[in-house]
Amino acid sequence: MSESLVQARGLTKKFGDFTAVDAVDFDIQPGEAFGFLGPNGAGKTSTMKMITTVSPITEGKMTVFGLDPASQGREIRSRLGVVPQEDNLDLELTVAENLYIYGRYHDMKKPEIMPRIDELLEFAQLTERRESRVEPLSGGMKRRLTIARALINDPDLIILDEPTTGLDPQARHLLWDRLYRLKREGATLVITTHYMDEAEQLCDRLVVMDQGKIVAEGSPRDLITRYATKEVVELRFGEEVKDQAVLQMAGLAERSEVLADRVLLYTEDSEQTQDGLNQKGIHPEQVLVRRSTLEDVFLRLTGRGLID
Amino acid sequence: MTALSRSFRYAESEVMAYRRTWRGTVITSFVNPVLFLAALGFGLGQFIDGGSEANLSVPFVTFVASGLMAANAMQNGAGDGSFPVMAGLIWRKNFHGTITTPLGPADIIWGRLIWGVGRLGFTLIVFAVIAVVFDALEIGPALLAIPPAILTGIAFTSVITAWTLTQDDGRSLSTMFRFAIVPLFLFSGTFFPISELPEWLEPVAYLTPLFHGVELVRKIALPDADATIVTSLPMWVHFGYLLVMATAGIYLSVKLLDGRVRE
Ligand SMILES: Nc1ncnc2c1ncn2[C@@H]1O[C@H](COP(=O)(O)OP(=O)(O)O)[C@@H](O)[C@H]1O
Ligand SMILES: [Mg+2]
Repeated sequence: MSESLVQARGLTKKFGDFTAVDAVDFDIQPGEAFGFLGPNGAGKTSTMKMITTVSPITEGKMTVFGLDPASQGREIRSRLGVVPQEDNLDLELTVAENLYIYGRYHDMKKPEIMPRIDELLEFAQLTERRESRVEPLSGGMKRRLTIARALINDPDLIILDEPTTGLDPQARHLLWDRLYRLKREGATLVITTHYMDEAEQLCDRLVVMDQGKIVAEGSPRDLITRYATKEVVELRFGEEVKDQAVLQMAGLAERSEVLADRVLLYTEDSEQTQDGLNQKGIHPEQVLVRRSTLEDVFLRLTGRGLID
Repeated sequence: MTALSRSFRYAESEVMAYRRTWRGTVITSFVNPVLFLAALGFGLGQFIDGGSEANLSVPFVTFVASGLMAANAMQNGAGDGSFPVMAGLIWRKNFHGTITTPLGPADIIWGRLIWGVGRLGFTLIVFAVIAVVFDALEIGPALLAIPPAILTGIAFTSVITAWTLTQDDGRSLSTMFRFAIVPLFLFSGTFFPISELPEWLEPVAYLTPLFHGVELVRKIALPDADATIVTSLPMWVHFGYLLVMATAGIYLSVKLLDGRVRE
């Protein structure tokens, strides 16, 4: 096994009596895009803050680049790029100055920083906004600038805490495109998200987190194969007939989930399942066949949805 | 990077931001002190010095100008330790970003202090020049007044930074100015010797920090200051008071900032 960039064993974070991260184990390898997928409050940000050494570890062990976060935090941070959940750009500085000052914090000299700023503005598609103040930028632009800022020191590991939360779909896709590019260039990314599509698209490997614990680990494909079926038949019924219909469905699919507004049938063969429904005379108001997603994995593992 | 160079790196960011925000500080830093000097020093001074009961050993305007060096340092120091700190912590949150780089909380506190001293030094030089030009101070006293005034400023910045780091919103900061800084400004001997205070209030003044700043400035800058102008306390008391205040403030600021940003 190659040397892990981050290795956590029994990593725990407590705030008073409350355990936000509960004895998690994970290994992040060079060159991979590693995800933490989980709903709000799962403990993703707390975990990121421990990796970035800005939050002390309560219990357990972790190394980052083989170094100890408690005693070698500064050295670790000099090799990290951090995109926090909440933007904290300096609103009194211009776009370029925000990059410049972080270069300075990373002990870079002006002649080193200036060409890097040009490159990063190009990358973040903000070249035209170079001298603009940060305040009037759109949410997507601010996010891209925050990512550019995190890249100023050419980091060995890039931490992105909910990179696209709160962005509109177009801004999200633009951001994903930038992150793909980083991936192609061989960067190591750690991404937290509560969007299953984001995790599916961007992550080579991920852990599913819930209430401070890791409940599953694998590639998106793996997880879907392991915890869900190939396809899902989603049914909607009128309120009166739903319970009756559910009773009749036994045996039509590998597994079923009855949600407040719909019934999910997990099946390897949707045609067969639909035929079965017809034969039993079950006629839902609406039928939707789709492939399984990480959302289904999460539902299976926790009994709840990712977004509440 | 050494701790010192890290602090200077942080100070750089403040200088950069200041290039854009300095206009907002002109009134409090440069205009207000001169207005006070004009109105109270010259205006009221003429009234007092001209009267038969003039009882200060220096012209009243000199008395006020020397006091204002310290009071001005307090105002600037308090300003620097309050709103910008709240901004970095809560409003702009840039402290939270900074600590994800090799810089840490101590670098932020020291960097702010370095920047604050630089800015305060400049502010005080400007005020001193104005005081000399208008004959309120001679050149020697004007220059001598700067170092003790800077110490006063550091003492205030650091203690108020520490206090701000225990607060959660800007309202408490305005309250602090209204109920701490303004009374100190008026009753710490800047505009009249504290011996003029009601007897029961005099010991209270002895306990307040600006009093020690004002006394230290006058004792250093006005060598002929006699009992009509300053108290008989030795200089080291004032110096010690301000030094302890500054040291405690810096120490607490680092601890408190660490607690606020590294949860
Ligand atoms: N500073 C803190 N003090 C107390 N509780 C906290 C603190 N930070 C986070 N928590 C709690 O820890 C849990 C995990 O939070 P977080 O790591 O932010 O989750 P996520 O990023 O997955 O949404 C939440 O219940 C949150 O309220
Ligand atoms: Mg979070």
